[in-house]
Amino acid sequence: MNVNYIWYFLTFLTLVSAIMVVVVRNPIHSVLYLILTFFCISAHYVLLNAQFLAAVNVIVYAGAIMVLFLFVIMFLNLREYTAESKTNLVKLGAAVLGGVLLVIIVAALRSMQIEPLNKATYNSQVGMVESLGKVLFRDYLLPFELITVLFFVAMVGAVMLGKRETGERNF
Amino acid sequence: MDSTVFIVRSIIIFVIFGITLLIATYSTYAERKVAAFLQDRLGPNRAGPFGIWQPLADAVKMFTKEEFIPAQANKWLFIAGPCFAMLTALMASAVIPFGDTVQYEGQFIAVQGIDINIGILWIFGIVSLGVYGVMIGGWASNNKFSLLGAIRAASQNISYELAMGLSIIAILMMSGSLSLRDMVNQQATPFLGVSGLNWNIFYQPVGFIIFLTCAFAECNRTPFDLPECETELVGGYHTEYSSMKLGFYLFAEYINMFVSSAVISALYFGGFNFPGQAWVASLLPAGALGHNLLTSIGVVVFFGKIFFFIFFYMWVRWTLPRFRYDQLMNLGWKTLIPLAILNIVVTGAGLLFDFKPATWLIVIFVVVLAVISAAQPRKTMRPQQSTV
Repeated sequence: MNVNYIWYFLTFLTLVSAIMVVVVRNPIHSVLYLILTFFCISAHYVLLNAQFLAAVNVIVYAGAIMVLFLFVIMFLNLREYTAESKTNLVKLGAAVLGGVLLVIIVAALRSMQIEPLNKATYNSQVGMVESLGKVLFRDYLLPFELITVLFFVAMVGAVMLGKRETGERNF
Repeated sequence: MDSTVFIVRSIIIFVIFGITLLIATYSTYAERKVAAFLQDRLGPNRAGPFGIWQPLADAVKMFTKEEFIPAQANKWLFIAGPCFAMLTALMASAVIPFGDTVQYEGQFIAVQGIDINIGILWIFGIVSLGVYGVMIGGWASNNKFSLLGAIRAASQNISYELAMGLSIIAILMMSGSLSLRDMVNQQATPFLGVSGLNWNIFYQPVGFIIFLTCAFAECNRTPFDLPECETELVGGYHTEYSSMKLGFYLFAEYINMFVSSAVISALYFGGFNFPGQAWVASLLPAGALGHNLLTSIGVVVFFGKIFFFIFFYMWVRWTLPRFRYDQLMNLGWKTLIPLAILNIVVTGAGLLFDFKPATWLIVIFVVVLAVISAAQPRKTMRPQQSTV
């Protein structure tokens, strides 16, 4: 019973902070709300008994990527939100795109099959590191390695783009 | 959960919380005494015998000073900055195993805040969040020096986190567990016939040096205290802070030192295991009393190791000069990360061929390389410095 209340509270917090990310004007506040959202999602992982995913979510997203976000925004020093001129066409396009995305998500959720939980055969260790590692490195080894190659290519590309060319000024 | 277990657990958690604060408080005193000793001074000696009430006097001073918030600062974030720094510093000690189990009414209760099976990842995650306190505080001050300090802190933490994580991976490959308690318990086995001396330092010397260097950088301690470098940035991220908000920032640094010392001791120096513990256990009476006595000796030994590393932090601070910023980044990205990756590869090969101390080969290789390069005569003379 208690866990249900925690779930409702967390979901409420997640949704509120996610909405605040979009709504607030100050970019720094927006990033901080995004960090809060990541924390709430990590807490959801803990409720789902996936502690490893929760920890990795905090380390990678809240600990590294959002620090870089904050870093860039601080460098640009976007203290005030500068209102860009938005034409009605842009607003219409954004509304259509958002609506299409919503329809896709709803359609995907509708076609999803949710098996009822069988308490007798449920493995409580399913979200732990050992089972996750076995799934990743035995059942899904090829996709995993392909993603590694993709990451590597992306990293090489980033290094290429970031590299200073001869004669170019360093800031 | 049983109510006695609950009560004993609560007591352990409160004691760990209190001890963390107490050690951080007296680290400030110890820092000043160590600095004085290394510089041939006396250090604080007015408040009480040997000046041991100095931290209390400092606290009274901190609390009663004027609390100042700059007019253009972002008020909420300015207050939130030190709070985040303190919160993240205190959260990390929850998973550190301070001792073996306590036997009470037939139940074994671990001397640890909470034993989760991702303990080391928890510490790693909390440490990576520690930079938010500095960044938010530095940005909210609305001061160029503070902002530069915050940005330095962020880039430094991100750079050194990578090498730190990679050095931990080599340990994880050897222990096969993410739980700190499992890692410490694996170091209890005999090494060269001495029980309780099977410490990871004997298998992971390179990983230890990388981890130690990164821990210095993560705690913003000299020689890596670029975020608060007073010769360039006035006071760095806490330039605009006064009163207890400044105190929180300084205090959080000492708590981080304590936690990282505890993690280093647990990962590489056997945690609460001590040499000859099987022999000591055979001398103690059997049953609950003997078990609890052995546990308390282990706790004392663990704190001894922690104090040594806190002293080491201070020793280094008053011995080494500060790095330049490009040197800091070069060391992190071009030396420590490749070395950590090499360490992982060699550790993996060592596990494959069942030769655990394989990483000593890296040490031998580096030492030989250093000796050869030192023995060779200089090829080119340095151009003469003009005296004008």
